[in-house]
Amino acid sequence: MNTLASRDPDRDINIEVPLLTRVEGEGSLELTARNGRIETLQLSIFEPPRLFEKFLEGQDYTEVPHIAARVCGVCPIAYQMTSIRAMEKIFGVVEDPWVHAMRRVIYYGEWLQSHALHINLFAAPDFLGFADALEMASRFPDEVKRGMQLQGLGNDMLRLLGGRSVHPIGLRVGGFHRAPPKHEVADLVDKLLAARDMVREFVAWAVSLPCPVDEQTFVSVAIRHPREYGLNEGRLASDQGLDIDFADYPRHFREHQVAHSTAHYSMMDGRSYFLGPLARMNLNFDRLPLEIQDFARDLGLKFPARNMFMNVAARALECYLAIVDTLNILQRYKLPTRPWQDFTPRAGVGHHCTEAPRGMIYHRFELDANGRVIIATMIPPTSQNQARLEQNLHVAVERFGLNHPDDALRDLCEKVIRNYDPCLSCSTHFLKLKVTRGE
Amino acid sequence: MSKPRVAIHKFASCSGCQLAFVNMGIELVELTKLVEIVHMAEVGHVAPESENVDIAFVEGSITTPHDVERLLKIREHSKYLITMGACATSGGIQALRNHADAAEWMRSVYAKPEYIQSLSTSAAIANHVKVDFELWGCPVSVRQMLAAIRSFLFGVPPQILREKVCQECKRRGNNCILITQGAACMGPVTRTGCGALCPTFGAPCYTCYGPAEGTNTASFGQRLMGLGLNADQVARKFASINNAAPVFSEATEMFATKTWMEE
Repeated sequence: MNTLASRDPDRDINIEVPLLTRVEGEGSLELTARNGRIETLQLSIFEPPRLFEKFLEGQDYTEVPHIAARVCGVCPIAYQMTSIRAMEKIFGVVEDPWVHAMRRVIYYGEWLQSHALHINLFAAPDFLGFADALEMASRFPDEVKRGMQLQGLGNDMLRLLGGRSVHPIGLRVGGFHRAPPKHEVADLVDKLLAARDMVREFVAWAVSLPCPVDEQTFVSVAIRHPREYGLNEGRLASDQGLDIDFADYPRHFREHQVAHSTAHYSMMDGRSYFLGPLARMNLNFDRLPLEIQDFARDLGLKFPARNMFMNVAARALECYLAIVDTLNILQRYKLPTRPWQDFTPRAGVGHHCTEAPRGMIYHRFELDANGRVIIATMIPPTSQNQARLEQNLHVAVERFGLNHPDDALRDLCEKVIRNYDPCLSCSTHFLKLKVTRGE
Repeated sequence: MSKPRVAIHKFASCSGCQLAFVNMGIELVELTKLVEIVHMAEVGHVAPESENVDIAFVEGSITTPHDVERLLKIREHSKYLITMGACATSGGIQALRNHADAAEWMRSVYAKPEYIQSLSTSAAIANHVKVDFELWGCPVSVRQMLAAIRSFLFGVPPQILREKVCQECKRRGNNCILITQGAACMGPVTRTGCGALCPTFGAPCYTCYGPAEGTNTASFGQRLMGLGLNADQVARKFASINNAAPVFSEATEMFATKTWMEE
């Protein structure tokens, strides 16, 4: 049977993929179409209710970073850093420059690890037509190896300040437990210098992957900083004029629950919005080091971009940024007198946002006078992207056409979903693709 | 001879143990020369639970009725079942809800709790099926994981390490932060495997590798109170990543309920 032949778009369609692969965590999608019209197109998500926000209540501020990290093994730094900064604001801690710079280094480590893994093991097999990266490794051994080396370099950055790559233990309220000795920093600088050419090749390769074009209309939201590429400090901005302090997040963003998903949906002033590497690049391209801006232009990349699959290019450019900016910081490394600042716990409410690999994450902590948690709120990027992702799927499937065979439709849906690099462990658990086409 | 078949399954967890596994990098490619990975959704391999395998690694804890069904199938079709990490081995941090009013918690996190299908507890894998070997840690140590695979390939039982973090800390030549700084370090009751990572960074151990052999939690808890912690803080120290491990849950109970002399 010719799989490319056109199908009757009005036919009944029934597709079910029990488990979406090559995403972080597990989940499912349902597509129902009748008489050529999409009736339902939704992510049916089972978030195992681990109820983190509840068991943070009553915890001492010193325990919060360990517990918050466990929401997500892929982006523990995002959870640790955001909660630490929210609590530091309550205690009146002003980040000192050494701590701020080192926090960027460890966060870049998380970006590089997560982005390289996504491009190499999750996205590239999609675009090159392999079932998985191990199958791809037999045809493209050097490319797969290069991706793994970059992922490994990200892990090295995490280890320098955090001790281990998954659930690092180096961060504390006020700064770090340990300042890395100079010889460890020098070793990492050597590795970063050696990776500089490699990451440029990696970006060029990622940009050359045969990605689909999927032009969409969406609002990009990201952290904007006066000088830096928005990462762990700044204000919340959108390309539609939003420019607010992190503390004003609750005034503009609202979560609600829907029947088909156990992940909360999030809306900004009543509309869906988009987070992640492409949103950041759309807002902060001018904050990239000139070397990276020039390289992007040489590759023919233009931001802001509306093609959703430019998310791959944005992710790759952020790998380059992680290496260049970390080099800038570590080549001037000096040992601090002490790697943390003193403070006195006190009662209050603190808000903070940072840029997790998958997009902005928001934390709100309310503490009592002893620094114990009264109320904790953590809103991960994947649930904030949820509404936008479903709209994206809708538009993409309609444009592609229901006249395509089920396999092609499923393939498209999987690519669209994977392109968001959703972290289902953070917000969601099960993702099945179930397509029902009825009369 | 055909390669041994390995599956990696996930239940309620943060995916961190699987990631630790994927973070092996090039060694992962080497590993696939020794074993065939038939199921690991994260990297793109999917096989039904009813597929027979030699070793099933299980990450995550059991929190839904559907989890139980899946787990029974996995057990039935695997020769060896190995738990991977704190969630699978002791129920994980999310087992904190076992002592709480789960329905009340659910209501406060979800406006419409009726949409959520969930058991009232987060349980270790061993609460439901026979477990052949346990790999502790949050996250699991990949060295220990590879050593376990090697041992099973050679047909010998893997070595079980139960010694305390303190032993490893001494071998690394660290100054004891509990004694010299009065830090509430849980090393004396925690199993090693991490390489005494936290104390080496000057940070107190927080029990992420679970209970060690021969612990004296009552006496150690009182020592922590001597450092200035109150009974509730001591109870919370035990009620961390491996709160549902029996040694720790008993210690939590002991300090949370008894009235201790705080003067």
